[in-house]
Amino acid sequence: MTGSIEAEAARLRQLGESRPRPARDPVNEPMINNWTEALGDRNPVYPELAPPAMVQVWTMYGLNGVRDADDPLGAMTKVLDDAGFTSVVATNCEQTYHRYLKPGERLAVTTRLSDVVGPKRTALGEGWFVTTLSTWYVGDEPVAEMMFRVLKFAPPEPTGSVIRPLVNQDTEFFWAGTAERELRIQRCPDCRALRHPPGPFCPRCGSATPDYVVSPGRGEVFSYVVHHHPPVPGKRLPIVIALVELEEGVRMLGELLDVSPDDVRIGQPVTVDWSRVDSDLTLPVWRAVP
Amino acid sequence: MTRLPELAIDTTATFVVSTALATRDFQDVHHDRDAAVARGSRDIFLNILTTTGLVQRFVTDWAGPRALVRNVSVRLGVPCYAGDTLVFTGTAKPDGQDTVVDVVGKCSLGDHVTGTVRVSLP
Repeated sequence: MTGSIEAEAARLRQLGESRPRPARDPVNEPMINNWTEALGDRNPVYPELAPPAMVQVWTMYGLNGVRDADDPLGAMTKVLDDAGFTSVVATNCEQTYHRYLKPGERLAVTTRLSDVVGPKRTALGEGWFVTTLSTWYVGDEPVAEMMFRVLKFAPPEPTGSVIRPLVNQDTEFFWAGTAERELRIQRCPDCRALRHPPGPFCPRCGSATPDYVVSPGRGEVFSYVVHHHPPVPGKRLPIVIALVELEEGVRMLGELLDVSPDDVRIGQPVTVDWSRVDSDLTLPVWRAVP
Repeated sequence: MTRLPELAIDTTATFVVSTALATRDFQDVHHDRDAAVARGSRDIFLNILTTTGLVQRFVTDWAGPRALVRNVSVRLGVPCYAGDTLVFTGTAKPDGQDTVVDVVGKCSLGDHVTGTVRVSLP
């Protein structure tokens, strides 16, 4: 897939500039006035001159516009849509103005594909950066240029899906416990040592027949992190992940709810609570003891 | 280096819609809240042509009507949703014959836009 995207990008780049596409209207005072009124721009040189940043406005496709067949951004968008990179966000825009435009001037724009870079992992999802270069002309005179870059990305999975714990024969008893809202700590039946996270052998005596006890789930914050990035499916960031030392002496990780990142402190007393994700998964979480 | 006077814009729903239409950008995410939410946004949000225009306005408000804008270069960050406030700050320094202004536009979610504007002052 990466190869075919790159091949299509190379082909479109080879095509060079699209044919000049004329603006619907000449540069005109009513549209300048609409623009300055909406943006609150009181520069008195307008509307005798057009605001330079309006250059792109004159050649927008409009409400019912259809992209030209040789518009490279349209062609590249289709290739990336078909490859699953269906979302788009603009990331950069650089405009250079050679001179100011006056009402009555007629613009036309050409566009060529500059480059297509990817696939890149971004905060929004995996995607490709597509850069185009446009030039606006009055007759044969180039009056403005623009570099425009968009990220075409594959939207992440819908929110609500969560990262599920790996359940194996060592940890099955723990997750069976959370489903019943029981916090189970592994215990060695031979030497009585408690341990967490669960494992197949007792690190103290080597016994391979673990048992467990049920904890009332009281403890205090031993350490914590505030997670800002990367995004976590189904979570609004930031979240606090606390390593809690239980009264029994073992330490256990979980999300600390209802405490803002600025208010967490080491030694803060917490108690276990339960976050039911679905019929198969309930996660232990921590809540501050008031 | 010169610090520019701050410019604060209330990006009301009316502002988002009227600027989108004044820039002839009819993408639904800039005027139709239901459509914006269905596409995963919190609300309608500012379009890029408006952001570019506001960056230019921020600089010419300070530089005056005789300044000529040569270049506006922006990098986009977080979206600026309806109901937010967008605050522009910037510093200007000479660069050859021109003046280059570093601009930051912040909204409640963080940096909406960072960029530079090159102007020729009279």
